Amino acid sequence: MRCDIVLAGVGGQGVLSIGAIIAAAALEEGLYVKQSEVHGMSQRGGAVQANLRISDSPIGSDLIPKGRATMILSMEPMESLRYLEYLSPEGTLITSSKPVLNIAKYPDLDEVLDAVRKLPHSILVDADRLAREAGAARSTNMVIVGAAAGLLPIEPVVIERFILKKFRNKGDKVVDINLKAFRAGREAAVCTPT
Amino acid sequence: MKEQVLLGDEAVALGAIHAGLTAAYAYPGTPSTEITEFLIRYMEKNGGPHAAWCANEKTALEEGLGVSMVGRRALVSMKHVGLNVAADPLMNSALLSIEGGLVIAVADDPGMHSSQNEQDSRFYADFAHLPCLEPTDQQEAYEMTREAFELSEWYRTPVIIRLVTRLAHSRAVVHLSDPVEQRPLQKTTNRAGWILLPANARKQWQSLLDRENELQERSDNSPVNRLDLNKADNSLGVITTGIARNYYFENLDDLTCKPSHLHIGMYPPPLDKMRKLAAHVDTLLILEEGYPLLERQLRGLLPRAKGDLTIRGKMDGALPAAGELTPDIVRSSLGLEPAQGVRVDGLPLATRPPQLCAGCPHCDTYSALTQAMAGFEKSVVTADIGCYTLGALPPYSTIESCVCMGASIGMAKGASEAGYRPAVAMIGDSTFLHSGITPLIDAAAGNTDMTLVILDNEATAMTGGQDPLIPSSRLEQIVLGVGVEPDHFHVVPAHPKKVDQLAAILRTEMEHKGLSVVIAVRECIETAKRKKAAAAVTAIS
Ligand SMILES: Cc1ncc(C[n+]2csc(CCOP(=O)(O)OP(=O)(O)O)c2C)c(N)n1
Ligand code: SF4
Repeated sequence: MRCDIVLAGVGGQGVLSIGAIIAAAALEEGLYVKQSEVHGMSQRGGAVQANLRISDSPIGSDLIPKGRATMILSMEPMESLRYLEYLSPEGTLITSSKPVLNIAKYPDLDEVLDAVRKLPHSILVDADRLAREAGAARSTNMVIVGAAAGLLPIEPVVIERFILKKFRNKGDKVVDINLKAFRAGREAAVCTPT
Repeated sequence: MKEQVLLGDEAVALGAIHAGLTAAYAYPGTPSTEITEFLIRYMEKNGGPHAAWCANEKTALEEGLGVSMVGRRALVSMKHVGLNVAADPLMNSALLSIEGGLVIAVADDPGMHSSQNEQDSRFYADFAHLPCLEPTDQQEAYEMTREAFELSEWYRTPVIIRLVTRLAHSRAVVHLSDPVEQRPLQKTTNRAGWILLPANARKQWQSLLDRENELQERSDNSPVNRLDLNKADNSLGVITTGIARNYYFENLDDLTCKPSHLHIGMYPPPLDKMRKLAAHVDTLLILEEGYPLLERQLRGLLPRAKGDLTIRGKMDGALPAAGELTPDIVRSSLGLEPAQGVRVDGLPLATRPPQLCAGCPHCDTYSALTQAMAGFEKSVVTADIGCYTLGALPPYSTIESCVCMGASIGMAKGASEAGYRPAVAMIGDSTFLHSGITPLIDAAAGNTDMTLVILDNEATAMTGGQDPLIPSSRLEQIVLGVGVEPDHFHVVPAHPKKVDQLAAILRTEMEHKGLSVVIAVRECIETAKRKKAAAAVTAIS
């Protein structure tokens, strides 16, 4: 079993924290994990990418080869398309639909969303709205983790346990919001034909 | 056995702690920063070992030398270009009789994710005649750091650990082994081995050269430098170094015939094993992350006889000379078909370069500078390295240089003395403390006609917001202390409401025929936010 995930988004969106939650849960399941991140310059509001590899056998490369990714998990629709060459033809692209408009020449949003929809397997999630409904826009990344949950080699309860662990020191309310966001993401993905 | 999920950087830090580390010194720099951040967190929680940020990489290495001199173990970390700053103590420390183990962890940045160049630190190890260990993964990063301390004390030499971005910033499980105690405090008794007067230095240099053979033998016998000959086939041999091995293994299953393989993780390289492999194969492919160090040595200078070994690598275009390796690049160098991903045609994606955070104090300083410069027939703005380098990009596009830490000040001085004025230098507070004070002394000595702007955001923001080494308010005393005239020295808030005031002061000082210094001060909003959040958590718990 191999699950190679390209994580994408814009610096400051919490892209790395998506990876951290999934990775911790995978380790709990006794799987091998490698998570390659980029820190530094690119975190300042620029395009951010990270690679998360999960396997039941030892993993060689920290980087995912082209055409091999099981999944692209993205916090931003245009960013989700930047790494398509890494996505396996059988792979799924999962992205939040809300753009980050911090650049002058953002392409036409409808065209971007159309491109996502036209892919063989994609899940477009209104993660921002679902996160707000859960209680905080900042839990968008948890909605995205939820949307991916059905395709991960990890039991959702294990992921929930890690959400609990990660946010416990921030109080019950924060834990609650993040769990709600995660569950909302799961439901949204189930309702989307891929 | 205990295990822990660690970044490559953190594995080095924990390896050092478990090797009985007494003190760690560093200046931040991507991708090495997390080594010392881990050590500082560990110290805060456990009371030691001592870990501290330093003014720059040179001071860090010298502090490490002091620890070694009194018999204890020290770790010094930096990014690759930091080793240029520390090159003086590095080259000279090679001649010392190291007492307590001294390990220098250097993180290279092939591909220049966050750097001005992609220099390969293995060349420094070679130049200084220092052993160098290069891990392929987090587990080796942990184990090799421990081994490096042993090597350092056994051969009485500093040892370099070379990391690259993709290992430094990748996380995996590391199996830990039992920690050892710190070394006893015991000052070296070998005075001649620490006083590099020419008479001593000549002896030390000779013993360093004599040691070379021993190291060579150690390298040839090291299990890290592993040779696997395919007896049944001699068409292809592959040499990998560092993380190139991971990319090679990633593709190995797709090769019908398994090449003979030599992996090199310890330098000086294992010459016997290299010769053995070369004698066995027709073609030798060299996969090195970095510059072609081994490839150059293997190619040599003299023309070879016909039918002799074919060497493939970065020097003949089998692999690109620039940038980092990837599994895909290695794949094509092995003659394998590239794997196809998904494509969408006809939708051009916009690039998304990094930018200053909304509300960043540097924005106000650049707005003021733009305003102040308006109307000058000609002007030159040199700058330095940090978040404020993003002033090179729209909407500001004001700065005209970024070279190396501290260069802005010397360059503005040179440009001014060559006749190009007004000359303005832009430097961050941490960069100023790192390498800006000495060129300011030059400018103050001659009262050079230039304006220095210190963008004081009370943080080393670019590398994650480390606290200032000394309270920012002391910058004033430094500037005045080197002889800048108080009449031409100003401390002004970098604030949206004060842009006009800052612009007016800058304008006046740019017109002034002599040295002026303006400190534009307001805390980085990211560090301010983080402090607020931390305070809130403390309040809850
Ligand atoms: C010799 C060297 N050491 C370290 C670095 C990494 N580095 C680049 S900028 C910077 C800090 C900048 O801090 P500051 O000058 O305060 O500017 P800020 O990012 O806070 O705006 C560091 C550590 C480098 N490029 N070169
Ligand atoms: S991190 Fe701080 S200094 Fe850097 S751009 Fe953001 S606000 Fe400015």
